[in-house]
Amino acid sequence: MDIQETRVAEATAGAHGAPEQDEGKSRRDFIFVATGAVAAVGAAMTVWPFIDQMNPAADTKALSTTEVDLSALQEGQQIVVTWQGKPVFVRRRTPSEIAAAQRDDFAQLKDPETDMARLVQANGEAGKPETLILQAACTHLGCIPTFAEGAYGGWLCACHGSQYDTSGRIRRGPAPKNLLIAPYVYLTDTSIRIG
Amino acid sequence: MSGPSTYVPQTGFTRWLDARLPIVRLAHDSFVAYPTPRNLNYWYTFGAILSMMLVVQIITGVVLAMHYVASTGVHTGGYSSIAFASVQRIDRDVPYGWLIQNIHSVGASMFFIAVYVHMFRGLYYGSYKAPREVLWILGCLIYLLMVATAFLGYTLPWGQMSFWGATVITNLLGAVPVVGESIKNWLMGGFSIDNPTLNRFFSLHYLLPFVIAGVTVLHVWALHVTGQNNPAGVPVKSAEDTVPFTPYATMKDAFAVVLFMLMFAAFVFFLPDALGHTDNYIPANPLVTPAHIVPEWYLLPFYAILRAIDFNVGPIDSKLGGVILMFAAIAVLFVLPWLDTSSVRSMRYRPIARICFVIFVVVSIALGWAGAQNPSLVLNPVEYRADLNWAQGGALRVAEVQVSDPGQMDAAIEASTKELTDAGASYTYVARESGTRATVSGLVGGEMQTQTVSAHSTDELEEAVATAKQGVGAPIVEVARHTPFEFTVTRLAQLLTAYYFAFFLIILPLLGLRETPGRVPDTIAKAVLSRQPKTAGAEA
Ligand code: HEM
Ligand code: FES
Repeated sequence: MDIQETRVAEATAGAHGAPEQDEGKSRRDFIFVATGAVAAVGAAMTVWPFIDQMNPAADTKALSTTEVDLSALQEGQQIVVTWQGKPVFVRRRTPSEIAAAQRDDFAQLKDPETDMARLVQANGEAGKPETLILQAACTHLGCIPTFAEGAYGGWLCACHGSQYDTSGRIRRGPAPKNLLIAPYVYLTDTSIRIG
Repeated sequence: MSGPSTYVPQTGFTRWLDARLPIVRLAHDSFVAYPTPRNLNYWYTFGAILSMMLVVQIITGVVLAMHYVASTGVHTGGYSSIAFASVQRIDRDVPYGWLIQNIHSVGASMFFIAVYVHMFRGLYYGSYKAPREVLWILGCLIYLLMVATAFLGYTLPWGQMSFWGATVITNLLGAVPVVGESIKNWLMGGFSIDNPTLNRFFSLHYLLPFVIAGVTVLHVWALHVTGQNNPAGVPVKSAEDTVPFTPYATMKDAFAVVLFMLMFAAFVFFLPDALGHTDNYIPANPLVTPAHIVPEWYLLPFYAILRAIDFNVGPIDSKLGGVILMFAAIAVLFVLPWLDTSSVRSMRYRPIARICFVIFVVVSIALGWAGAQNPSLVLNPVEYRADLNWAQGGALRVAEVQVSDPGQMDAAIEASTKELTDAGASYTYVARESGTRATVSGLVGGEMQTQTVSAHSTDELEEAVATAKQGVGAPIVEVARHTPFEFTVTRLAQLLTAYYFAFFLIILPLLGLRETPGRVPDTIAKAVLSRQPKTAGAEA
């Protein structure tokens, strides 16, 4: 009981007796809790804008798409394009790369997925086995792997040694997942849109 | 510890001020009359060195911020980075910019050298034990803030290491289950490290040093409440065990600061880039990762711990496991006061703990070394061997296997293989063409042959195998590669990480319960100085 409360309690006790005293006390308790609750909600509502401002801004989020012309892409060639600021591999695979990828469809995989499933376009239609479109960031900690290195004929990430096969599936090393497929659709026979 | 104030204002003005804001009294009691143990050695001067380094970083940093531009520029095919160019401009065009930039970038390393010495000192002399727990925890907090500040600062020049270091570290947060990805994008302000990231990193890099300064004030306050520990770990018993801060500690600290600055200057003027990475002189390129990314030297031990976990533990995958352990390596420092059960402070009087401590220092340095190496580097001399098996003579039979459902593949192959063995094949070989097609070859008759090749690296082995195969010329040659025991940097890092944690979680808690401490000489344990010379002589 603080000083003020004592004084009020004394004043009321003389005139009305104990019940009044309890009522006064519980009313103050209520006001105290209510004020606290409003202050807490208010504080949370004030803090939120200061947290949310760090999220990707509208212009960054604005669905950016990238169109890629595949006509000049030769067999066994790979180009790197950017989509939403992130690098994407567009690789025209050789028949032997495709065969190797399909042969391992049911091998011991850390993140099992068939080569066919990795070619599906964003609209659900089947893609073309020769054109593989991958988000380049290694699923471990985001480095960019290089092609034609490692024991599986695909990509090797030099950062911590993750090895991917010719379908971009993780085969060895610390990365937990296959290289992500960029969402793409064929616009014409020789051009695609990513995003 | 400081006792009643001994400050006596001398002039009219100081008397007037003392009655209104006793700031001179505070300074006098804290840095002039403040009693310090007589037996402090030079390991105790690193606090002063750290204070100096913080001031140096703040002053040079504020100056750099006058010329630095936090902008990545536009990405048009090549990469033109304004931030990178602005640091180059500071180095080349701004008057004395080269000096101030070098002081700041080398200063970060010097700051960490000092803080590591300071922390190891605290570990050795048991400065974290009661009543100095809060003092120690505040120190750990400062260290954590320093790590964050240095990481943020390192991204600012926007070189290759800046960019990829930032990428790897922000991706660590992606390891957090469920919310990891959102936290990552929240931190980066986008879907990759880009201009929004650079801007906020600059803002925070400017802010945190002042937070450090604030926590440092609390750190020194806590120090002045409990008083300094000393190399003997025995609390001072009487006024005679202490000397006033000024001139004794002031002079000793000043001398140490000068020596430290000599080393600092040597780096600034002659080796400004010795502690950094040449890759950071290449402007950031989001499309190409440098072949070998490493953090700055002062974070290497933690990087080694992060990479040491290359296996999954139950639901925790290797990536999350590494992240947890890396943060745990710092978190364990915060609870150290309650892990060490020994009531003896100084390791001078703990013979076994002292050995464990020395090993701990070596382990920490070795972790730093491991963090800088390629994780799959093999440290032991190994010989890679492969056996080539083939048959001489005999008849080859080939069976095609084709199924419609990939699930039946294994059964079909097995059936086909069995058929061939039943037909007398002594050796079978399966070549899978896809999930639904395979050929099974079998050799009937003939004599099995074996040849072993060996080499000192896997690449050489593959070459040797290829040559040997050509020499053999048989239709089917099966190659059995033997994996020798490879002691890689990762394995080493695992052992070192195990010791790092064992030191805190097993050695210190158990040792304190079992060890017999060495004898503290009476000259130290008793307040000899306040006794009659006769008694002291009799004891000696
Ligand atoms: C705790 C103290 C500090 C530490 C450990 C620290 C660390 C660093 C590091 C490691 C760099 C990268 C240097 C390079 O590679 O060139 C850096 C850059 C920078 N820092 Fe700091 N810093 C500190 C305080 C400050 C303060 C107080 C400011 C400004 C108010 C500041 C402003 C800058 C600026 C503008 C850069 C970019 C220019 C450059 O790279 O030299 N720093 N800092
Ligand atoms: S980022 Fe690719 S292996 Fe670590």
